Amino acid sequence: MDTVTATVDPDVAIAVRGLRKAYGDVTAVAGLDLTVRRGEIFALLGPNGAGKTTTVEILEGHRQRDAGDVLVLGQDPARPDPAWRARVGIVLQGTGEFEELRVHEVVTHFARFYPNAADPDEVIDRVGLSAKRRALTHTLSGGQRRRLDVALGIIGRPELLFLDEPTTGFDPEARRDFWDLIRTLASDGTTILLTTHYLGEAEELADRVGVIAGGRMVTVAPPSELGGRAEQEATVSWIGPDGPKSVRTATPTQLVATLQAEFGGEVPRLTVTRPTLEDVYLGLIGHDHSGRTGPDREETTVPVDATPSRRDRAAARSPRRSA
Amino acid sequence: MTATTQPTTTGDRPAGLAPARTGAGRPRVGLARLGAHQIVLELRQFARSREQVMFTILFPVIMMVIFGSIFDAEIGAGVTYTQYFVSGMVASGLMVTGFQALAIQIPIERDRGVLKRYRSTPMPRSVYFIGKVGMVIVLAVAQVVLLLAVAVPFFDVSLPATGARWLTLVWVILLGTTACTLMGIAFSSLPKSSRSATATVTPVALVLQFISGVFFIFTELPSWMQQVAALFPLKWMCQGMRAVFLPDAYGAQEPAGGYELGRAAVVLAVWCVLGLVLCLATFRWTRRQDG
Repeated sequence: MDTVTATVDPDVAIAVRGLRKAYGDVTAVAGLDLTVRRGEIFALLGPNGAGKTTTVEILEGHRQRDAGDVLVLGQDPARPDPAWRARVGIVLQGTGEFEELRVHEVVTHFARFYPNAADPDEVIDRVGLSAKRRALTHTLSGGQRRRLDVALGIIGRPELLFLDEPTTGFDPEARRDFWDLIRTLASDGTTILLTTHYLGEAEELADRVGVIAGGRMVTVAPPSELGGRAEQEATVSWIGPDGPKSVRTATPTQLVATLQAEFGGEVPRLTVTRPTLEDVYLGLIGHDHSGRTGPDREETTVPVDATPSRRDRAAARSPRRSA
Repeated sequence: MTATTQPTTTGDRPAGLAPARTGAGRPRVGLARLGAHQIVLELRQFARSREQVMFTILFPVIMMVIFGSIFDAEIGAGVTYTQYFVSGMVASGLMVTGFQALAIQIPIERDRGVLKRYRSTPMPRSVYFIGKVGMVIVLAVAQVVLLLAVAVPFFDVSLPATGARWLTLVWVILLGTTACTLMGIAFSSLPKSSRSATATVTPVALVLQFISGVFFIFTELPSWMQQVAALFPLKWMCQGMRAVFLPDAYGAQEPAGGYELGRAAVVLAVWCVLGLVLCLATFRWTRRQDG
């Protein structure tokens, strides 16, 4: 809780050291470290119950921590004051607030709370709700309601924006539009911390990704390098005379050439894959993606760099050789 | 700071959504104006919610019409039951608006995240309470006007004849509404969720109405019930309203042989203080499971 020990670095938006939070006997966050630099888009990934939401709520000043040093925009969020609140934007998961108000009434009202609010009509326009400006909020669709949540999060022109699973329930087109909005905000200099269940979203938006599991930060890296993804070996799979085969190799082309020679032409069901972000992520959080049990179940416990990709396993599992 | 140069300045209402660089500072709108805007926002939401208008404003009028039409016997000193009931209904309406409506509405707002949403902004916390209290006062006055608009022509009730009676009407409305509003806000932290709020709050309001001399003549209630009722504000609000609308002579029928306005003011003031202390000590901005 000592704010003096952590130095205030103007290039750091969020600095967390040894964050801990327990609910009774249940430890939600167990010594988490996190640094988010000014101007970056940082994505927090993690399964439900990993401590993501607790961590974010502590950073937002909505929840008290048990231990650890936390500085958000140079201040301790455990003691939020109005000036700090004005610099931090929070996009909450709306559940039907202000049902009897019109979109522009809500946005205009919230603009009054901030010392340097943006123009409400411009914000409504930017989140794509211009056509719904005069609509009562309870008539909005799920995606439109989420845009209103975003509008309320950015109306104060925050230096730091928290987005908690912002595109849940969006259709693909709405998601694309939303990503464009986030990129624009980031290019304007807004630091963004988002949590998401969509790996594609993290890959698309984030400068860096942090994976939380069991209340700890497992790894932090740019999406393309997560879990040593860039250097990982490829997996070559095919159906051999004795059944499905899978080999991990740094030289897949050579292996395929060898196989071609062996089979004297087409190799049955040949695939060459590299781990997707999802594969790496599932390996990092120590979960089998399928939840199924089977002969290859034990593979999930081997280190991440030896975990075959989902497609390999699917390929290895599915073929039934017709005798 | 980032390497990006900011195209916007930090002047008044700059264009764009780029982060505000002045950072610190209070809302540009002062507390009084923010409070006024909040009251308007609350009233607007109220007026557009049909169930709320029905339940809070029209229900007391309907009750008054029903009871006032059924029982019209004289109960002493030239006063009819209808007149007695109207004065009780005016007091009761204030309690429904202040206590019952808020104690149900605030848990709903808490569950839906309205309170958390406000807490995410630099809005001074007091603005939320100013909005609620302001809304209740406007609704309370509207309700008294509506009840009297029906009662004066149809139920032989006359408007206060003297300045002193008008003064009594004003302070009973103000003190009674304030006490009920503060208790409503305090009580709102009690229900576990919005779903249990109605079930938790309604019986309390209903029981108070039965024992405080709204539906029944207070002096005809068992004395232990009178003693219990005397601990709560509604009994004193009803008594104050009788002092406003019934003849002075009827005061002799009250338990203490008079309307006891001084004591009523003291009891209501004590409840205001108690309510304020409870509000400050117990108010929760987040759901219970959110910790």
